[in-house]
Amino acid sequence: MTTALTPRRGTTVIVVSFLIAIVLAVMPLPEWARLYRPQWVTLVLIYWALALPQRVGVGVGFVLGILLDALTGTLLGQHALPLSLVAYTTLKTHQRVRLFPLWQQAVFVLGLLLIERVLTMAAMGAAGRGTPGAEFWLAPVAGALLWPWAYFILRDLRRRFRVS
Amino acid sequence: MAVDHRQHHLQFVRSALAVLTSPLQRIAQLPVTAVDWVAETFATRNRLQDDNATLREANLVLKARLQKLEALEAENLQLRNLLDSSIKVGERVLIGELISVDLDPYTQQVTINKGSTSGVYEGQPVLDAEAVMGQVVHTTPFTSRVLLVTDTSHAIPVQVQRNGLRTIAVGTGRTNQLELPYLPINADIRQGDVLVTSGLGGTFPPGYPVASVSTVSRRAGEAFPHVLATPQAHLDRVREVLLVWTVSPLQVLQAQDQARSSEPAGPVTQPPATPAVAAQADAQPTPAAKPKPTAPGRAASVVGSAPAQKPAAPKKPQPAGPAGGGAR
Repeated sequence: MTTALTPRRGTTVIVVSFLIAIVLAVMPLPEWARLYRPQWVTLVLIYWALALPQRVGVGVGFVLGILLDALTGTLLGQHALPLSLVAYTTLKTHQRVRLFPLWQQAVFVLGLLLIERVLTMAAMGAAGRGTPGAEFWLAPVAGALLWPWAYFILRDLRRRFRVS
Repeated sequence: MAVDHRQHHLQFVRSALAVLTSPLQRIAQLPVTAVDWVAETFATRNRLQDDNATLREANLVLKARLQKLEALEAENLQLRNLLDSSIKVGERVLIGELISVDLDPYTQQVTINKGSTSGVYEGQPVLDAEAVMGQVVHTTPFTSRVLLVTDTSHAIPVQVQRNGLRTIAVGTGRTNQLELPYLPINADIRQGDVLVTSGLGGTFPPGYPVASVSTVSRRAGEAFPHVLATPQAHLDRVREVLLVWTVSPLQVLQAQDQARSSEPAGPVTQPPATPAVAAQADAQPTPAAKPKPTAPGRAASVVGSAPAQKPAAPKKPQPAGPAGGGAR
């Protein structure tokens, strides 16, 4: 996974960005806003997997997912499985997606976020929780709309702290 | 995932992770805490005085009711003693505060700030000021997760306060709705009926209000009526919850035994193994006998066991009179 040529820098920045994403994911919101809450952790994970595919990958996604599961009280694996898959897809396609214009990236991200939702729904179904309503699909749209901002903020952070 | 769902081998992993992530919960809660703090600090004198006045009034009313309740309780005890019945149960409560973090929006759960170090156990009933809220499903040393009565995986044995009709109230996944699917079509149930816990199944102490029936619709050609109820607890608004420890007659007996055997060398153990007491033992917080959040199928079996428990109750006189009063 690592290359000896580039020194690893800015691990703290990556960890802190993930922690902030997790906190945002459980931050209390008013009832109407809860359904629009974007999948923050997934967004941040996609960014780092695009920018630093040699450092952030399936393992990181899995660990993040397990943490989220413990935090939100879902079945262990309900977040871990989708996040691993998202990380894997991003790793496989990062060379192409990096060159996309931003709106096209947003569409790609929407696809990934939808994959995550589908898997989450499958996990919920397996646990006998019933099928969620149409509002279940709002979060990926909100996430895709937020992608440009997330991208700019994280890119600036990465350049500023020279994370590599 | 399957292992976590079907068995419960991963509980300790989950506990460890939950302890690990609890600082994140605290951080996520910060904005809410800050807003509360600011609101409290800058509350006007007038508002505080108003609050104080209303609280005093409420206190007075409650005290008056308590007097009546105590008299009734004493009378109830006497009557129960006359009937040789042993249902009397003492209770201990602890106040917990909600940690404001949003969990998975598709499960009805909340986190509270009391954990196993405070003696909270899995399966413990949780109430708010009005009614039953749910039960503890997972504990860590400092926090625990409460499954609300409205969660789809939660079922609570209830009875209609008006006529004692027993049934099961199942959560629907919405904060303001419970469903009563196991009623015959000719059941005597009406809109506005209050549902209280029946105490069957042993998880919840009997007699606490749960919900009130909101709609009853009987359609010709259907085997069961469609009955919905509204939980009386403010599931989406409460900040503080009551954790209840049920003290069963067996525990009272044991406590007495301990007290007795510690002084002189008295009889080693009373023979408390009457069916009634054995049945009540289910109500204890032993991890083995604790009923899980009952799935509908399981809940039906709880109803099935009800007649077995019932005739057993008036078999032996329990020294519940002084003990039950003493446990308060």
